[in-house]
Amino acid sequence: MKTVPVEQAVSMIPEGAILMIGGFMGVGTPERIIDELVRQGKRNLTVIANDTAVPGRGVGKLVDAGLVRKTIASHIGLNPETQRQMIEKKMEVDLIPQGTLIERIRAGGCGLGGVLTPTGVGTVVAEGKQKIEVDGKSYLLETALHADFALINAFLADYLGNLAYALTSRNFNPIIAMASDTTIVSAEHIVPVGLIAPDHVVTPAPLVDYIVANG
Amino acid sequence: MKTMDAQSIIAKRIALELRTGMLVNLGIGIPTMVANYVPDNIKVFFQSENGLIGTGPIPEEGMAHPLLTDAGGQPVTALPGASTFDSAMSFGLIRGGHVDMTVLGALQIDGKGLLANWMIPGKMVPGMGGAMDLVSGAKRVVIAMQHTAKGKPKIVNKCTLPLTSIRPVDLVVTEMAVIAFPEGRATLMETGPGVSVEQVVAATEAKLVVPDKIPTMRL
Repeated sequence: MKTVPVEQAVSMIPEGAILMIGGFMGVGTPERIIDELVRQGKRNLTVIANDTAVPGRGVGKLVDAGLVRKTIASHIGLNPETQRQMIEKKMEVDLIPQGTLIERIRAGGCGLGGVLTPTGVGTVVAEGKQKIEVDGKSYLLETALHADFALINAFLADYLGNLAYALTSRNFNPIIAMASDTTIVSAEHIVPVGLIAPDHVVTPAPLVDYIVANG
Repeated sequence: MKTMDAQSIIAKRIALELRTGMLVNLGIGIPTMVANYVPDNIKVFFQSENGLIGTGPIPEEGMAHPLLTDAGGQPVTALPGASTFDSAMSFGLIRGGHVDMTVLGALQIDGKGLLANWMIPGKMVPGMGGAMDLVSGAKRVVIAMQHTAKGKPKIVNKCTLPLTSIRPVDLVVTEMAVIAFPEGRATLMETGPGVSVEQVVAATEAKLVVPDKIPTMRL
């Protein structure tokens, strides 16, 4: 694990990268990394996240700046700008049930090819997907998702990269930390090793590649 | 006495379905109001699917925490005994049948209890969020909605909007009626305050099974 200034962390992300971004309506989204992505104007991004928050917040800032080519999310209803870009075909949007989205990401991070879920059977979500019967019950085969970078917001990060999260800001963060080639963390507090007790570490240090330095 | 508005009638009636110890997920809109009517002797756990069990009321002025919100992103509190977790756990709880009851809104319900509540093609495409998982996985699905929209029935013969799930809902509560689906048939269980059976039938497109005795909604 390395500590890097936010400018350097974001300079590693090429245009056209596939990003998984933590957060739920902006809660638990690494705003400093997002702001720097906007400042450096990284284009043609594919964003995999629960939602696109609202204009001016979290993933919504990337949408505002026109940097997102494709969004894979469960909900965009509270961001009219995402809907506008989708309707005008400036952005491709793939809407996925929230439980399916997080399981596809989990599968990607856990070495699984996908998961079988009853969610979406018999609905438009099932179109083009393989249906599999197990013990008389129907499931959809939902394939794994993987990303180039995971952008994480943690509450605590120690100098080694062990992470702990606060309240409802955990959401997608620990799951996406496992499903990308490179994991970049922005933490509310960077603390000495040992301050996060082993039992309270949620994301173990070896999963973290870079921590954005205070600044 | 001031008569209750439609939304309050719906929320109050649904609150009577709660039992102590239940894990309950409330959708946005009228479903959220159910939390305001939990009977004094009933203790339930409310889940917010963004990763919280033990969701409490809106915080007092100046007491909101930016990292403690509900699934709509609005500040909430956490009651003593609350727990927080990631989204995989949250939806494992939902799909895995650990949520005893979910209360959701609806755009349409058909005569067999099938629900459409997540999109209007060409008009409203917000995404399904957690709705499809909740309807597929919760032990009991209760719908909170006004009986009609702009004078048109919402309980229809067949949903014209995309379905949320092929699993039928268990109970529909409107300001006019309580409807259940025994043997896959919409059946009138109760009428709303001051509402006649004839008025309910007239405001419902789907064929309703009407038993001989229909009690008035307990509130």
